[in-house]
Amino acid sequence: MGKRVAKEVSIAVADAVAQCRVDVISAYPITPQTHIVEHLAELVNNGELDAEYIPVESEHAAMSACIGAAAAGARTFTSTSSQGLLFMYENLPIASAFRLPIVMVIANRSISAPISIWNDHSDVMTTRDFGWIQTFAENGQEAVDLVYHAYRVAEKCLLPVAVNLDGFIVTHVVEPIEMLEQELVDKYLPPLKMKYKLDPKKPISMGAIGVPEVYTEAKKALDEAVKASYKVVVQAWKEFEKISGRRYQPVETYRMDDAEVAMVIMGSLAETACNAVDELRAKGKKVGLVRFRLWRPFPMQDFLKAIGKVKALCVVDRAVSHASTGGPVGIEVRSALYQSNKRPRVVNFIAGLSGRDVTKDDFIELFERTFEAISKKPKFSYEIYGVKE
Amino acid sequence: MRPELANFKPLSIKDLPKEDWLAPGHRACQGCGTVLPLKLALKVLGPNTIAVSATGCMEIISSPFPYTSWKVPWIHVAFENAATVASGIDAAIKALKRKGKLPKKEKINIVVFAGDGATFDIGLQFLSGALERGHNFIYICLDNEAYMNTGVQRSGGTPKFAHTTTSPAGKVIHGNITWKKNLDGIVIAHNIPYFATASPAFYMDYMNKVKKASLVDGPAFIHVYSPCPTGWGSKSEDTILLSRLVVETRLFPLFEVIDGKYYILNRKVDKPKPVEEYLKLQRRYRHLTKEEIDLIQQKANEEYERLVKLCEVFAPPKEETKEETKET
Repeated sequence: MGKRVAKEVSIAVADAVAQCRVDVISAYPITPQTHIVEHLAELVNNGELDAEYIPVESEHAAMSACIGAAAAGARTFTSTSSQGLLFMYENLPIASAFRLPIVMVIANRSISAPISIWNDHSDVMTTRDFGWIQTFAENGQEAVDLVYHAYRVAEKCLLPVAVNLDGFIVTHVVEPIEMLEQELVDKYLPPLKMKYKLDPKKPISMGAIGVPEVYTEAKKALDEAVKASYKVVVQAWKEFEKISGRRYQPVETYRMDDAEVAMVIMGSLAETACNAVDELRAKGKKVGLVRFRLWRPFPMQDFLKAIGKVKALCVVDRAVSHASTGGPVGIEVRSALYQSNKRPRVVNFIAGLSGRDVTKDDFIELFERTFEAISKKPKFSYEIYGVKE
Repeated sequence: MRPELANFKPLSIKDLPKEDWLAPGHRACQGCGTVLPLKLALKVLGPNTIAVSATGCMEIISSPFPYTSWKVPWIHVAFENAATVASGIDAAIKALKRKGKLPKKEKINIVVFAGDGATFDIGLQFLSGALERGHNFIYICLDNEAYMNTGVQRSGGTPKFAHTTTSPAGKVIHGNITWKKNLDGIVIAHNIPYFATASPAFYMDYMNKVKKASLVDGPAFIHVYSPCPTGWGSKSEDTILLSRLVVETRLFPLFEVIDGKYYILNRKVDKPKPVEEYLKLQRRYRHLTKEEIDLIQQKANEEYERLVKLCEVFAPPKEETKEETKET
């Protein structure tokens, strides 16, 4: 067992990246990602991390350089937020189609306009269809553990992985964090050996033009690879449990036994929501919580199992999908349910945009409104919660 | 002067290998003046090379899956970011060599091939970043003076008055309204170890420049004039003639700049041919009036004379001056 040390989460995340012995870091500063990449630059310049740090001129370049470096066989890292993620957008589906094991930490932040540096999930939700494996951390310990896990999974599946942590709410807080011992990291993460890479001894062509006769097959191949990554994701968490004692699974549940209403949520707000669950449980209300740790590949069976026999789900989204049928999580959950025999009422709220506080009392209100919806179907398919009139 | 170039011995045609590293059977047009310098560059660089393409004709014609013309490892990511992809490869090679995961002494060339659109316009920021950071790579801009792959649209590299599909020779506006962007000036301002212009007609001059580019430690940039019969409305068999005339009319002088400070004129053009001789071979210029031709002539002379002055004032230190490359 390692020692628990109080650390700012961004620093701990950067330390975990360094422990993974990355070869190339390529990053561009954006709030609230900055502390992560600053600390990595410090480690490199102090000789504590043997890596090339490319201080690129934009996020698009950050991902471009990661693609080049990973294609040449290097273990790579980048991190970004918000507009930065949107600026590198074009490269994201290329990284996955090239099957490059790039790891990116996204310090989740709202997107412009209005410009806002505070947290929600608007940035990453725009990238959910790109064939990246995506995980969401609830707290600092989980963020660190998901970084180790990301490299393990990325390199086994040859797919890029995005680890999401809430900007400021997670990135900038100081938490007691237990880092893995270096020898355990090395054991968990053997050196990267790419079967196909840019190697003059064994030339390959990457990025060929895909005519209509082959494009569909290329997309199908990637789709199969992302689906197949599920088993690797789960297996890598099992192996992680053996060395760390910390257990992770695709979908986390809290007090879901006999629950009638479950909150479905992602990221750090789940901790506040758990307090609301406790308070309502103390009053005899049968409530629970379901949290997605794994978002892509979507853990459908885990989710359906997790919700048990609830009568209603209160899905709390942190991003708007304007004039659609719900928030991104709401849409996904409804679609998953439709493919099963379960038909709980789904009430979809969008809350906590741009770092707006969602308090325990707010969660209690959302639970209460979901209880009401069991007998009376709401007139909205989603509601942006807490709007000031 | 650069120590890497101090004892440079120019290649002669006898030094060239028979092998090509771009296979024939690619889909370039007849008389393509872009694929020719690409192939010649690979001939000089040899198999220990990783090539990066920007999106464009050269990427399309060489890689219709499952075929490839590339005998060296090759990557194409997107339109604007080839210089940055090369940055990543450079960083990877440095890190992996340091960690003993790649043989330390093995030199691997990294070469980018990008068109004028990918260089003058959409990729300028990426190019600037990569040059400024000093990555060890060669950037070869194959300049055919418009977006040819998408059907001849105007780019920042399009010359004044040239007809393209987005700068048509209309009744009121006569083709492209701006002078060609001074990309050379922008690149040179980064003070990179090696900069050169080249034209396929002077192929030994060009290939020696590729060789020098591979020798310097840090970024090297070669701006290659690349005729496009399809886009310019010129005859396929005139590609080399145009490549020669563009230099002999002073429209595209051949020169090198070392470290952004030493200018070397490779080919003096004391008795220039009239620009009209060059312009009349291309349909993109067929609408030109006499006044417009005169303007182009005037600009060509001005720019050339400015360059001659730069080469006089900022000549490399005497004792190390290289003799001018012999032309064929």
